[in-house]
Amino acid sequence: MSTSPLLEIKELRIAFGRSHHSAVAVNNVSLDLGVGEVVGLVGESGSGKSLTCRSVIRMMPSSGLMTATEINFDGRDIMSLSPAQLREHRAHNVGMIFQDPFSCLDPTKRIGEQIAETLRVNAGLASATAHDRALELLRSVNIDKPEQRYRAYPHELSGGMRQRVMIAIAVSAKPKLLVADEPTTALDVTTQAQILTLIKQLRAETGMSVLLVSHDFGVIAQVCDRVAVMYGGYVVEFGPVRDICTRPQHPYTRALLESIPSMESAGRHVRRAGILGQPPSLGDVVEGCPFASRCSFATPQCRSIEMTRRTVGEGHTSACPFVGDDLVSQGAGPIGRADSTEGDAS
Amino acid sequence: MLSYVGRRVGISLVQLVGLALMAFILIHLAPGNEVRTMLGSRATPAQVRAVSNSLGLNRPLVTQFFTFIGHLLTVHFGQSFTFNQSISSLISERALPSAALIGYGTLVALVLGVPLAITGALRAGKPLDHGIRIFTTVSFAMPTFWSGLVLALIFALKLHWLPVSGYTGGFVGIVRSLTLPAIALGLSLLAVVVRTLRSSVRQVLSTEYVEAAQARGFSTPRVLAKHVVRNAIMPTVTVLAVNVGFLIGGTVVLEQVFQIPGLGSLLFQAVEQRDYPLVETLAVLSGGVVVLLNLLADLLQAVVDPRVRLGAQGG
Repeated sequence: MSTSPLLEIKELRIAFGRSHHSAVAVNNVSLDLGVGEVVGLVGESGSGKSLTCRSVIRMMPSSGLMTATEINFDGRDIMSLSPAQLREHRAHNVGMIFQDPFSCLDPTKRIGEQIAETLRVNAGLASATAHDRALELLRSVNIDKPEQRYRAYPHELSGGMRQRVMIAIAVSAKPKLLVADEPTTALDVTTQAQILTLIKQLRAETGMSVLLVSHDFGVIAQVCDRVAVMYGGYVVEFGPVRDICTRPQHPYTRALLESIPSMESAGRHVRRAGILGQPPSLGDVVEGCPFASRCSFATPQCRSIEMTRRTVGEGHTSACPFVGDDLVSQGAGPIGRADSTEGDAS
Repeated sequence: MLSYVGRRVGISLVQLVGLALMAFILIHLAPGNEVRTMLGSRATPAQVRAVSNSLGLNRPLVTQFFTFIGHLLTVHFGQSFTFNQSISSLISERALPSAALIGYGTLVALVLGVPLAITGALRAGKPLDHGIRIFTTVSFAMPTFWSGLVLALIFALKLHWLPVSGYTGGFVGIVRSLTLPAIALGLSLLAVVVRTLRSSVRQVLSTEYVEAAQARGFSTPRVLAKHVVRNAIMPTVTVLAVNVGFLIGGTVVLEQVFQIPGLGSLLFQAVEQRDYPLVETLAVLSGGVVVLLNLLADLLQAVVDPRVRLGAQGG
């Protein structure tokens, strides 16, 4: 990418439990994010994507231990911030929105006051100014009748409206980075599209960067410039969205893309290719590639490879030692089908 | 909101009627003849009959019950059998010390309990949390008359900071005479406050809106004061409102120990003397206080949590 990096995560590791017998949830994750860029994190539940995005504000569950060589945000190492500096960083640099807008707002406070509180505390605005600015923010996230909505309690709003309020709070301090952890998962499809449009619109207006977490490749493809595919705590493939969608190099990415229903198949009976087996659970000690046990192309050496990504294209890296094009040329059928003719990993 | 209040007040009225009925039935079911108790063992049957007649005790129970209800409704309460005084004047003399003691005791429990509960929730499972749990359990296990005596021994007899017993009027006098019994009362209530509040604070701390507030960079004191306590306090308020009933029972003993001329000691004497109207009135009034406090707790809940008013606002 031509943009200078705003965020650089180097060798992030997040583990739970005691040091000698810990469950590793995120392993050797390195990522970078340019100014104004939208990067997606995609993967199934438990792949470590939510933890990875929370590392940007160093917010871990109390039992989680987070280590990294460096997490550089705009020239500062997040890992070395004091508690006060960390609060400052959370308040001004990063805005965060969560999966479930139903539970992210204080149920006992009017939504306008919750926005205004953030403005007073984080931007140091006086009450009257904060009130006006909160109305402005409500308007900017396309909530109609903002004066009326200002006085509403969270339970009086729809899910999409609450997520708009969360976005208003997240962008209230004009952050350099918006972290959106599954922002549309709890919403219906129409609302999902509106929220994604809103995020794109705000990004275009403010020039902030976005780290978007989703399990849905469709969402990622709509919004992101680059995408990191996560599996079993590792980033298995990272690169430009277009490149990855058309030329997936890692077997897991290919399987993930295979599982998306396409428009062409609408109305016809085509069995979607699911991915056989289960992802590794937290606490399993996996040697080598964590996908090997489900991978149609696995070889014995997959159990001992080191999970580092190699360059496979311009700005495109993959952790699979085999290049995707070779896999295709080997004549492999669609990945992971029950009737796959390729040798099973077992 | 109005329909919620109306419904809630209606429930309270039904509770009060039931309470008056129970108080009346229970005292009349109790064994022993009140007139014989009053007149002593050497009274002749004719004397007993005459006194019974003059007190209206030979009338049918239903008639007596309606007289009692009439007295309650007119807030006149009738005449005490044994004190030669109207019940309303007796109660108005004795109400202040008891109310002050219960209020003061609750205040002690809250002032000690709220910080302990929050500390325990923030340090859940750590040594400090266990220490707080042990302290509150011990304070709960101590009977109030015993902890009251120990407090009197230390702070009155040894240190001479406060009077051993007795009661003087005026604000300073009330504070001085009630501090030790109020601490004893507060300690017995402490465990309830700390346990309830600690668990609800822990629950609120794990919610996503607290996580979201922390993600916004809010400081821990701010998150606690502005978001956690407000969301966590209601179960504790409700439990406290229920527990005031127990406190009224607790004051009976404490007022004896500290020689406080309150309603507790009055109730004690009234039961001893089988003073039916006085016992009934005190039972209904103390029960009425509990009903009233529960009503207030529920209304407060509607003020604190908008979702309780949902019925009125139509979602």
